[in-house]
Amino acid sequence: MTGEPLLRLENLSTHYVSSQGTRVVRAVDGVSLSLRAGETLGIVGESGSGKSTLALTILRVLPPAARIVGGRMLFEGEDLVTKSDAEMRDIRGKRIAMILQDPMASLNPLFTIGNQVAEPIQVHEKASRSTAWAKARNLLKAVRIPSPETRVTQYPHEMSGGMRQRIVGAIGIACEPRLLIADEPTTSLDLTIQAQYLNLLRELQREHGLALIFITHNLGIVAKMCDQLAVMYAGRLVESGPVSRIFNEPAHPYTKALLNSIPRMSDRGRRLTAIAGQPPDLATLGRGCAFAPRCPQAFDRCRAEAPPAIDVGDGRIARCWLAAGAGAEQSAAAGGL
Amino acid sequence: MQVIEADGLTKHFAAKRGLLGTDHGTVRAVDGISFGIEPGRTLGVVGESGCGKTTTAKLVLGLEEPTGGRMSFEGRELHTLDAAGRRHYRRSVQAVFQDPYASLNPRLRVGQIIAEPLVTNEVLDKDEVRKRVARLLDLVGLPERSAELFPHEFSGGQRQRIAIARALSLSPKLVVLDEPVSALDVSIRAQILNLLRDLQEELGLSYLFIAHDLAAVAHMSHTIAVMYLGKIVEIGEAQSLAANPQHPYTQALFSAALPSHPDERREEIILPGEVPSPLKPPSGCRFHPRCPHTMERCSGEEPRLKPMGERLVACHLYDERGPA
Amino acid sequence: MSTPADVISLPSPQPVTTRSRLRWLGSFPVIPTTILVIIALVALFADQLAPHDPEIGSLTARFKPPFWQTGGTTKYLLGTDQLGRDVLSRLIFGARVSMVVGLTAVVFAGVLGTFLGIVSGYLGGWVDQVIMRITDTWLALPALTFAIFLAAIVGPSMWNIVFILGLTYWTRYARVVRGEVLSLREREFVRLAVVAGCSKWTIMMRHILPNVVNSAVVLASLMLGVVIITEATLSFLGIGVPPPQPAWGLMLSDGKQGLMVGYWWLTVFPGCCIMLMVLSANLLGDWLRVKLDPQLRQL
Repeated sequence: MTGEPLLRLENLSTHYVSSQGTRVVRAVDGVSLSLRAGETLGIVGESGSGKSTLALTILRVLPPAARIVGGRMLFEGEDLVTKSDAEMRDIRGKRIAMILQDPMASLNPLFTIGNQVAEPIQVHEKASRSTAWAKARNLLKAVRIPSPETRVTQYPHEMSGGMRQRIVGAIGIACEPRLLIADEPTTSLDLTIQAQYLNLLRELQREHGLALIFITHNLGIVAKMCDQLAVMYAGRLVESGPVSRIFNEPAHPYTKALLNSIPRMSDRGRRLTAIAGQPPDLATLGRGCAFAPRCPQAFDRCRAEAPPAIDVGDGRIARCWLAAGAGAEQSAAAGGL
Repeated sequence: MQVIEADGLTKHFAAKRGLLGTDHGTVRAVDGISFGIEPGRTLGVVGESGCGKTTTAKLVLGLEEPTGGRMSFEGRELHTLDAAGRRHYRRSVQAVFQDPYASLNPRLRVGQIIAEPLVTNEVLDKDEVRKRVARLLDLVGLPERSAELFPHEFSGGQRQRIAIARALSLSPKLVVLDEPVSALDVSIRAQILNLLRDLQEELGLSYLFIAHDLAAVAHMSHTIAVMYLGKIVEIGEAQSLAANPQHPYTQALFSAALPSHPDERREEIILPGEVPSPLKPPSGCRFHPRCPHTMERCSGEEPRLKPMGERLVACHLYDERGPA
Repeated sequence: MSTPADVISLPSPQPVTTRSRLRWLGSFPVIPTTILVIIALVALFADQLAPHDPEIGSLTARFKPPFWQTGGTTKYLLGTDQLGRDVLSRLIFGARVSMVVGLTAVVFAGVLGTFLGIVSGYLGGWVDQVIMRITDTWLALPALTFAIFLAAIVGPSMWNIVFILGLTYWTRYARVVRGEVLSLREREFVRLAVVAGCSKWTIMMRHILPNVVNSAVVLASLMLGVVIITEATLSFLGIGVPPPQPAWGLMLSDGKQGLMVGYWWLTVFPGCCIMLMVLSANLLGDWLRVKLDPQLRQL
């Protein structure tokens, strides 16, 4: 778990451009983060934060209207931004895999389970049908699907939601990737099934030395599963660092407000601290900090100038003028972070 | 006197298959549940797919008729009510649903949407309606000019406020909240939950709060009922139930709840298998195939809800002896 | 009561500039709409526009070719037919028939089909079964044959034709509308209307109908072409709008004998008119479909 990071994003930006070229949405704006082998990173954000676009960017499966406009994505030292389509096809599914939220949409209803799990093996490892199917059966066993021999010939609609999601997981790890990106993988699952599934992911991670990226809006998943956390807001990375430290002492007002707005089992009496206003419209962002209109601690500089990523020590980054310390102009109201 | 009291409430659906509708068994969506909701208090209902919480909501709202058991409103049994009584019941129980984008008719203006229950049930002149709508908008924190706009001009959280305003238009006694914040962004949920609590305090409303986010339910509810395959397995005061669940299913459920802090260590109870189908519930205690404490008795005999201190738990573990 | 943290600011209404209007009109099918509008105006002002009486001909002026050919005269710009009637005037009055019959039949079919579709979809049960079986049977019959059959029964006259066309095509609306109603019925705002105590009728009129109108309108514009062709076919077969009232289809039928001897203007001109009208209606319908449907999805 030491040494060169498995994945490093440097100042990555992805923009959506409307067909007439009039509206530019800066879906991902100058994001930098790094992930080591075997680590789990949680990318947290709400709708419009850019977290899903970030996932699609890493795998270069963006819709036609989106374009990577800057930055680098170093995976095992190689820049994914400059790779050709053929090279990316070789990487997808084999070295980096992705699982999505809705297992019903991820599985083709017309093909058997065996077919779909064996497919990446056949494509990437050029294995024969029998080898691939044997491997598929083993994979189903690895994701704890009971009686895999009978299941391989069944179809997705014959399975429950939890099982389907596990099959999707099996497809993901089929070629033993180094990195698995999971975009809201448990949103459609029942609580106890979610617990089973997250447990499974953790075991798989341990057994295969997988690095995991969780894309989610749910801080609970991050608290349970992740070592590192990256918080996104309006396309920008506003805070990142080790999970415990951020939960204990969030450096960015958005993270802080988010943590305070979540109901906790243990304290019924506490009134939730709501975040005022609405998430911003990405097409009309101004020059200042995107969170300033909703920030209880915003001051003039925040509205005028977007803060850079500031290193606050302990491997943490915060994009906030308040974190700039002595250099920033602090207003009297900024006390009590 | 309780606002709503259910006694042995049951709803079975006939499952049909095929062109000719051949009988394929019965879906016992809700099977003999009993609960009560006090004025000004919230009953939270938790459970996973197939537990029957949505059907319970529909029964309370009168969208479905029970196939068994009794439900009383303000002390009077529903089936003894005459037409006027039933109308009064309808007006006293309103709902807010999960999807803010499907809850409002896109072709109507917000003012019309909010006023609809009013104009359907009372005879008022236009000025009076307008005044009431303005008051309701103020109550949920929306500006008065919202009445002239269409739903698509509002965000998800704002639409949910409109839905709440509409639910309050007839000054109901009970509002059924079916996943009211699940479809909203995390930062907006707190706004809406706070609003709901404030309204409860100010107007003395009762809520039937259904959600899969256990922390939200624990936060909002005074009493929690845990449902599994159509039955209530545990019901009791919210905080103590969340802190110290007694029924094995409740324990597993709450242990599966996501922590709010990475250092929160919780005993992980991973249940085997899937949630069985309500078409063929297991014999005896419906939870016994997955229960970590199952005994011989459990597969044959269905446990009844028995008091355990202030709580009611349906589990053979607690029958003879005290709390485990 | 509003908590200070909840100050809600609504987005300020977007100013409607000429720019935004132009953008919306961007893909607007200008030519097809213009053509339809012209045909409508021609139909409206037929009396003023037509140079001659369309029903009375001069036997001395039979089979005159259009004015640019030898033998033609500017008195009869597009020539005359076998009874010496002015082709141009007959075309102009024929527009009236096509327009009136086309629009009225489409509206009639639309109203009937939409109403039955809503009732069938929302009420379900035996009402739905009955209406759907009728629809199925109706649809199983070839439309044209059915129309001919009806025409034989009620006898030809302009309003009878409208009636017949309406009865022939209402089923398409009913099917489409019923499908939409089935999904609308499950939407939460309909459920909330039930919870609010609205009667079934109120729900159908206030909540269901406005949300299916878009589809009905799109379907109507696409059906316009079909209806006009059917009318033309009926006229061609001689059981449409009865002579001497001019109808484009009838002109086609009358003129087909002349094709053999080179009297091309008797069929080409009415054929072109039919084609232009149907094509324009289809293009407009296509545009409407794209314009209206995505918004429906968003909502």
